[in-house]
Amino acid sequence: MLEFLTEFMIIDIFVSNFGRLMSGLRFTLTLTFVVMFFGTIFGVLLALGRSYGIKPISWVCTAYIELIRGTPMLAQLFILYFALPAYGIRFSAVTVAYLGFTINCAAYQAEYTRGSLESVGADQYKSAYSLGMKRWQTILFVVLPQAIRWSIPAWTNEFIYILKYTSLAYIIGAPDLMTQGKFIASRNYQFFRVYFIAAIIYLVIVLISTWIIDKIEAKFKIPGFG
Amino acid sequence: MGDEDRPLLNIKELKKSFGDNLVLDGISFSLDTGQNKVIIGPSGTGKSTVLNCVNRLVVPDGGEIWLEDTEIVSCDNINEVRQEIGYVFQGFGLFHHLTALKNVMLGLTRVKKVPKKEAKEKAIAKLERVGLLDVLESYPAQLSGGQKQRVAIARALAMEPKLMLFDEPTSALDPELIGEVLNVMRKLAEEGMTMLVVTHEMGFARAVSDEIIFMEKGRIVEKSSPEKMFEQPENPRTREFLFKLDELYGKGGE
Ligand SMILES: Nc1ncnc2c1ncn2[C@@H]1O[C@H](COP(=O)(O)OP(=O)(O)OP(=O)(O)O)[C@@H](O)[C@H]1O
Ligand SMILES: [Mg+2]
Repeated sequence: MLEFLTEFMIIDIFVSNFGRLMSGLRFTLTLTFVVMFFGTIFGVLLALGRSYGIKPISWVCTAYIELIRGTPMLAQLFILYFALPAYGIRFSAVTVAYLGFTINCAAYQAEYTRGSLESVGADQYKSAYSLGMKRWQTILFVVLPQAIRWSIPAWTNEFIYILKYTSLAYIIGAPDLMTQGKFIASRNYQFFRVYFIAAIIYLVIVLISTWIIDKIEAKFKIPGFG
Repeated sequence: MGDEDRPLLNIKELKKSFGDNLVLDGISFSLDTGQNKVIIGPSGTGKSTVLNCVNRLVVPDGGEIWLEDTEIVSCDNINEVRQEIGYVFQGFGLFHHLTALKNVMLGLTRVKKVPKKEAKEKAIAKLERVGLLDVLESYPAQLSGGQKQRVAIARALAMEPKLMLFDEPTSALDPELIGEVLNVMRKLAEEGMTMLVVTHEMGFARAVSDEIIFMEKGRIVEKSSPEKMFEQPENPRTREFLFKLDELYGKGGE
């Protein structure tokens, strides 16, 4: 392995472009965390709206979720970046990355959350109402906490997806890890080696994240929750 | 408050249909404070629907339900009325994400706005009353069916209800766990709690209840004291039903 790396100048390239690669990685990670944070919050709100909202709200949430999940993320980024300017709405590549991935992430998080909301049984509503809890109290104090715990595995999977999917940002030129790789390769013409390095960095980050996520999931585990 | 003689719970001509399925066809009976009445009857007869109507989880089509001087069917403060009525049912309805202690505290802190410390003390007292001091920090998934149902009883009692409804509280339990729940209910009755109980545990009915109500097809066929009901039921349908119960569950308390 070591021979392979030295022979093909992998380590050389990695070391001499370290700064640029790390700045790409920093952007990728920041983008992922911000997208996950807002995507999850909007996702929960969309799920609540779809499951418990009055008809028009439920309908709007459903339409949003199905529209986003039913179209390719690439198309969504293209529309935000290339099509909207034709109507006078112009965003920077960075803004489009944050906006586009958040819009997309929210729809998926919403569907995972909705599944969890619906898995809370009728008996618990019955006992909550019998205690004199109002509907919103029942949702907030009984249903939602359980739905969130049920959703954690799906949400963390989504984190891994987003981490990798943010590489699509290179299509619009936002300065993520992939874009930086492309930039380095366009200068040294070592496309294979540079993308190989980028892939390894993604892999290492994914493995570390998975390890941390497992620890977090174990910490929040409650007997009786999958 | 007015008349001291009026019943605690007074149900008058209760009617309910689901679609064109007439489920309750004029049900009337009442409970005085401290009384214990048991409803029996074949499956699908409307027993659960009666209880669901009492705290308006199901809205009746007609009739009146009086809890002291509040009319439940038409009242506009149902969430307050429900705090006065404890409801324990077959499926427990425990909150899976909360420990036994937190299950009992939730209604106190969120509905009654009792400060946390006080709620905790009260919840512990109620759990002690049902013999569960050793599982305060256990989650529902870690409890046996009998323990779950006792947590549900403690949770209902914590709200200091005037009336307790029980809908087949032991039907989901393994036979060896039924006794612990019935004992708690018996003690509750002895302490003077007003209780309306749907059950097929005839031993319990015979020992504890003041009156047994036999329902069939949305109507009350017969109501009388347990002695009379078991020794000389008036209606041949009652006799037939009790005979079947004997075959299924064994003779009550004998
Ligand atoms: N929410 C509902 N929607 C439609 N039909 C219902 C509903 N709840 C009850 N029913 C119907 O009403 C009838 C009476 O039901 P109920 O549960 O009150 O009977 P029960 O006497 O409690 O029976 P069991 O002994 O099986 O518990 C049944 O035919 C049932 O299918
Ligand atoms: Mg029933």
